[in-house]
Amino acid sequence: MTDQAVQSEVGRARPRKEDARLITGQTNWTDNISVNGLLHLAILRSPMAHARIERVDVSPALERPGVVAAFSGRDLDGLGSLPCAWPVTEDIVLPDHPPIAVDEVRYAGDPVAVVVARDRYAAADALEAIEVDYEPLPPVLDLEAALAEGSPLVHSDKGTNRSYVWPLKTGEDFDSVRRRAEVTVKRRYVHQRLIPNAMEPRAVVVTPLAASGEYTLYSATQIPHILRIMLAVVTGIPEHKLRVIAPDVGGGFGSKLQVYGEEAIALAVARRIGRPVKWTESRSEGYLATHHGRGMIQDVEVAAMRDGRLLGLKVDLLTDMGAYLMLVTPGIPILGAFMYPAIYKMDSYDFTCTGVFTTRTPTDAYRGAGRPEATYAIERIMDELAAEVGLDPVELRRRNWIGHEEFPYTTIAGLTYDSGNYEAATGKALALFEYDKLRAEQADRTARGDSVRLGIGVSTYTEMCGLAPSRVLRDLRYAAGGWEAATIRMLPTGKVEVVTGTSPHGQGHVTSWSQIAADVLGVPFEDVEVVHGDTKAAPQGMDTYGSRSLVVGGAAVHHAAQKVVAKARKIAAHLLEASEQDLDFADGVFSVKGSPEARKTIQEVAFETFTSHDLPDGMEPTINAEHLVDPDNFSYPHGTHLCAVEVDTETGQTKIRSYVCVDDVGRVVNPMIVEGQVHGGLAQGIAQALFEEAVYDDEGNLVTGTMADYLVPSAADLPEFVTERTETPATSNPLGVKGVGEAGTIASTPAVVNAIVDALRPLGVHDVRMPCTPERVWRAVREARS
Amino acid sequence: MIPPAFEYARPASVDEAVRTLAEAGEEAKVLAGGQSLLPLLRLRLAFPELVVDVGRIPELRGVREDGDTLVIGAMTTHHDVVTDPLVRRHAGLLAAATATVADPAVRHRGTLGGSLAHADPAGDLPAVILALGGELVAQGPRGRRAVAAGDFFVDYLQSALEPDELLVEVRLPKADGWGFHYEKFHPVAQSWATVGVAALVRRDDGHIAEARIGLTNMGATPLRATAAEAALTGAGGTESVARAVESAAEGTHPAQDTAASPEYREHLARVLTRRAVLAAAGMG
Repeated sequence: MTDQAVQSEVGRARPRKEDARLITGQTNWTDNISVNGLLHLAILRSPMAHARIERVDVSPALERPGVVAAFSGRDLDGLGSLPCAWPVTEDIVLPDHPPIAVDEVRYAGDPVAVVVARDRYAAADALEAIEVDYEPLPPVLDLEAALAEGSPLVHSDKGTNRSYVWPLKTGEDFDSVRRRAEVTVKRRYVHQRLIPNAMEPRAVVVTPLAASGEYTLYSATQIPHILRIMLAVVTGIPEHKLRVIAPDVGGGFGSKLQVYGEEAIALAVARRIGRPVKWTESRSEGYLATHHGRGMIQDVEVAAMRDGRLLGLKVDLLTDMGAYLMLVTPGIPILGAFMYPAIYKMDSYDFTCTGVFTTRTPTDAYRGAGRPEATYAIERIMDELAAEVGLDPVELRRRNWIGHEEFPYTTIAGLTYDSGNYEAATGKALALFEYDKLRAEQADRTARGDSVRLGIGVSTYTEMCGLAPSRVLRDLRYAAGGWEAATIRMLPTGKVEVVTGTSPHGQGHVTSWSQIAADVLGVPFEDVEVVHGDTKAAPQGMDTYGSRSLVVGGAAVHHAAQKVVAKARKIAAHLLEASEQDLDFADGVFSVKGSPEARKTIQEVAFETFTSHDLPDGMEPTINAEHLVDPDNFSYPHGTHLCAVEVDTETGQTKIRSYVCVDDVGRVVNPMIVEGQVHGGLAQGIAQALFEEAVYDDEGNLVTGTMADYLVPSAADLPEFVTERTETPATSNPLGVKGVGEAGTIASTPAVVNAIVDALRPLGVHDVRMPCTPERVWRAVREARS
Repeated sequence: MIPPAFEYARPASVDEAVRTLAEAGEEAKVLAGGQSLLPLLRLRLAFPELVVDVGRIPELRGVREDGDTLVIGAMTTHHDVVTDPLVRRHAGLLAAATATVADPAVRHRGTLGGSLAHADPAGDLPAVILALGGELVAQGPRGRRAVAAGDFFVDYLQSALEPDELLVEVRLPKADGWGFHYEKFHPVAQSWATVGVAALVRRDDGHIAEARIGLTNMGATPLRATAAEAALTGAGGTESVARAVESAAEGTHPAQDTAASPEYREHLARVLTRRAVLAAAGMG
């Protein structure tokens, strides 16, 4: 053996193993799955935001060609309510949520009936034959009006549109810091509703095995494990008779972190008729029926001293739950509650969140889930405070952030940030951005009265990832734990199967998990396969969301692999007739200290367990190992994003001229995957700032019902991103990783809006509501000038 | 996004297409490049009994000269229009505007004739053909007729074509020597224009001798900014152009939609007309 170690897999920009089959479509997307006798579902949806269902007659649909069956909500009455796993307060108003509406529809798109037919076309055509009589009820659309006395009610039996009030008050009383403050700034920010757009629409296939009462459900879901448990409860099918498979899934962004009515309906229908069924949503159907994100009014106030030092922060939220509480609907803003103080030190924090029902599509997790909203509020108001006290926005942040020497640091919100270096990330970003040069150009344009202004936006964000310590989840009244599982199976030929409880839907777990396992086991990257997304093959897991997979699931792989090595060491020691302590292990080879020619590879050891001809006495014939990780703390990625925007004051058109981000996501397993995550995240965050909004009319109909109206940006609408990193390892997991799935989305939205407002501040503009469309920017300029 | 059932015909010649349309009466729809009709079908906003696909009729494709006139087959794709040397030489405005239509995938499928026959005022090409003073040639059971662009766009999504007529070609007077510019304002690259301005300018001795302005998405049909055109005659500098275009939105009736309010569209029409004219006149 030479001294030269094999290059570590972790840290290599390995091309993703899974991409060839994903990109060419030679894979099992749910909608590709076909089985003998497959029938197709189509769902009739409410055309009204709110109405009483007087009558549903599905019988005319049965006359249509190709139709096998049709059911109303009443016909499928045996189904339980769709679950909410996060009742955030003891007294939360938690209405029943039938998978198909029975008496009342509460949003445009609420399912009313289902048709089963021989093909998709026949099913879609037959929907038109179903007769429904609706008695219209008043829509509930405005969050403040919904809470006012005498408002129409979304759930009349509940007597209120208020679902819950969740407070968090820490440190000194906010009124007290307000009294001693030299400056207070109060603002209202509005987060529009966003519609998640995964590349792959939702789809579900159910194959029943009538003889044994077993069901296999394939779904384009992020959460096969949670889904199995929940669907067992909703449908009454025993958990051990239900297998859930998430085949390759084409994106989710939180929208597939859900237990959907269509999944329960498909299961119920397959059970009722004893035939396999498939449902695939169309894009415009998904716009109505897949949960939305954001939807929040924020009243934010900071109290500070003239030198910019923060004293306290007060946050009052009204959040739009939509018509029902879905899987984690009420918890989304609560996930953000701990992030409003962000990277700053202060003496007082006063947070209240009120959940409000409206007659719109339910909201739930969307990339970032509460944390983008929090980051937006604090980073926007920090810019307002900077303007108020006459400081450069970066300098104001510098005066308030947690110094790198202060970690671990317990924030005013009660989180303990284990590590970070805001100075380093910011310094690097400023240099790459050429901050001073752009400030000079900005001043020049302002002095010349140029009709195209330049604005610079900064966002120094952090987030909490790695969901989650189970005990913290208990304290937050979340109904499940936050652990993750991994199993390593050493095959007789020396190849390796990693079984993970995470459920990738675009993140590249197959590649990253291979890199982690290859390093610990000392086997080639190519020799590792990753098994996921099937409750039979990977029975334990908490699935993928909240930038948790690498931090928790990746750590579980690492630990399980170490257990394999520990078991293998015993066998190697036996075979080499040495004590375990006398063995070195490097690059997959056990060797005896001092006599390196006496060696056994881990592959040879694996084969020994297969034959079991010569194992130590009493040893089980396997070196396979399982490990479950329940983290002690969250992880806290952070970074500094800088955005330069040109604003055409004549037309209101904005153009991002440059975008620099320096993210600290801890140790990096695969830099190419990290960069891809950052790019996509930036695109989605910028989309909220500039383009996307779910618009409803006064009757509660979704106006932006297709991609022609709901503007998802393409590469042509985005600038070239400059992405860099600092690496401050997390201390809460052995890999030192922090998670990167949501960072770009969380950081970029305020960076862009701060830049736009910065460009227009000399004209008297202090805010532009998102999305900052050209017309909104133009109006802001016009109003400021008049 | 499941279209209703329809019959499908794919005639091999214009005569056969016209015959097929005549037999079907009002229940037929012509399928050109499919970039407008297919979304309408899939959204169940159109329910034709018969779809007549004219995509395999060779005589409908291609560009040729006819004296001072450029003749473009109705089924010539946007991509072919953009890259055609004759179009670039004699109708540069059309090539420039067509290059802004949607994205490459759409431009390889979508056709000039399809876009014009769809008569969407938010489409880029109707206003361009209007500004270029084009003629649209329809063929039906009663023979051929040429319709001036100004008469072709009747109302929102409504052209002067009879149900049994097929748009076969577009005839454009060669615009040699005219400066041109298409100024498109759209929120994202793939969306329709919030407002678009097609400008053709003939200069004489440093002044604008004649200007023709077509407006996209400023009413139920593409429009000419006639008041601004008149005011621009004789304009000789950026300030006089700026004054002249103050009337660019006169006579328009822009819609209110998620992209913009009428008031904002009128403002954009003025700003974009100024920019388009200055660019076309080489003054920008």
